[in-house]
Amino acid sequence: MAARSGGELSEAAPAADAASDTAVVDARGITRAYGDRLVLDGIDLRIGKGEVVALLGASGSGKSTLLRIIAGLDSGADGEVRTSGHIAVVFQEHRLLPWKRVADNIALGLRGPDLAQRTAAALAEVGLADRGRAWPAELSGGQAQRVALARALVREPDLLLLDEPFAALDALNRLRMQALFFRLRDEHDFAALLVTHDVNEALLLADRLLVLEDGRIAEDTAVTLPHPRAQDDPAFGALRRHLLTRLRVPLLPDQS
Amino acid sequence: MTATSVRPARTEGERTRVRRNRKAPRAARWRRAVTPVLLVVVWEGCSRAGILPPDKLSAPSDVLAAGWRLAAEGTLWVNLVDSLLRAVIGLAVGGGLGLALGSIAGLLRIGDDLVDPPVQMARMLPHLGLVPLLLIWVGIGEPLKITLVALGAFFPVYLNTYSGIRGIDERLVEAARTCGLSAAARLRHVVLPGALPSLFLGLRLAFGAGWLSLVVGEQVNADSGLGFMMMEAREFAQTEVVVLGLVIYALLGLLSDLALRTLEGRALAWRRGLEAS
Repeated sequence: MAARSGGELSEAAPAADAASDTAVVDARGITRAYGDRLVLDGIDLRIGKGEVVALLGASGSGKSTLLRIIAGLDSGADGEVRTSGHIAVVFQEHRLLPWKRVADNIALGLRGPDLAQRTAAALAEVGLADRGRAWPAELSGGQAQRVALARALVREPDLLLLDEPFAALDALNRLRMQALFFRLRDEHDFAALLVTHDVNEALLLADRLLVLEDGRIAEDTAVTLPHPRAQDDPAFGALRRHLLTRLRVPLLPDQS
Repeated sequence: MTATSVRPARTEGERTRVRRNRKAPRAARWRRAVTPVLLVVVWEGCSRAGILPPDKLSAPSDVLAAGWRLAAEGTLWVNLVDSLLRAVIGLAVGGGLGLALGSIAGLLRIGDDLVDPPVQMARMLPHLGLVPLLLIWVGIGEPLKITLVALGAFFPVYLNTYSGIRGIDERLVEAARTCGLSAAARLRHVVLPGALPSLFLGLRLAFGAGWLSLVVGEQVNADSGLGFMMMEAREFAQTEVVVLGLVIYALLGLLSDLALRTLEGRALAWRRGLEAS
């Protein structure tokens, strides 16, 4: 199965073997180089059904590259990616088509007799029920990102790939979006790969944390804190300190 | 949704409404008509007072009278229809070719390599300078005028189709891919609407270049059309008919641009949101 076929990423459709039964993603030996620079050096990644995995790492560590490979947007990678079920992607920018109204953006590429209802339901879920007829340019940054989330949700994904989805938002909107994400995940029970550079965000939302360093997964920690998680919980603080150290961020100014 | 989810939608809507009211009020728009009207009045006055000799520049009233006379005779309509026909056929041929080749060069790498270099080279030729060569090739008949209009229309449409397609945000295409859109669907939902603003710009430039080519073509050698009407009038020193021809050319240019802008406003309604924010 770990066939690293020469130069090309082999993609196997819904996994048949027992080991992959409960996984939405099973990636083996993912390697990606840009010229001489090896960005990903044989990554193995498994995401179970309904599991939220946060991928942390310094900028340039290849977090987004790994996400794009799993999303099937990078054709220059080696290794094997098996996915099962629907995948939807939310990018850092909303990437809504400016020439389609909000509702049409959400329904993009979908068909079916009940499409209008599904679109309206997805909009209502992100709290924008009355903005279906608006143009994307008329939305604020936070609203546009909610629409992007609705566009992903309406596809009823088994796996949601999120590439720093809240990084471009202001602090208050980021907190709202994190709460929204948590609620939606509770209702829809999708698995998610959340690429982020925000340790707090990862700790608030994820079931498991991965730290990417030098092209390898340097840390793989399950987060067992009970929900709802609070940043002033001592266990939260301890884990946060541990991760920041792992990411080589000085905890106190004089340590730099 | 809990009480924490505020809806900034209302304030957003109000802001756009306020901005839209910024359009010039009616009085200010009428004010813009004052200077042109004044210029025509002064022109008429100078002609009446004998300051402008009628054999150099006719009075506006004389031009209008000439227009009325030629319209009643039917000469004006015959010439107008001939000119319009040449413009429409030339624009359709040149614009169609520009759209087709621009799309091939913009969408396909091989098209870019094969089509773009020769077009870029040919672009450097001032197409109106080709008249002597065209006279040798196609003679002085209708093909000459239509070829000139088509050449004038081709380059703006080609260049703007090409750059419109090339300028599309690759990230939007990628997002459409993750939404499961096939290549054909991406072309229809992302590439075409994304290139449309640029396409309209190309069309407007093509109309301008087309009219210009038509004027030159009809004045070289023709036996019908507005240019012919003007050249004939010059021989008989009918200055008012020459000026009438100019006025009609200007009106045609204005009307075609207006029509295109109306169409553009409809097709690109989504951009109004952009301008407001």
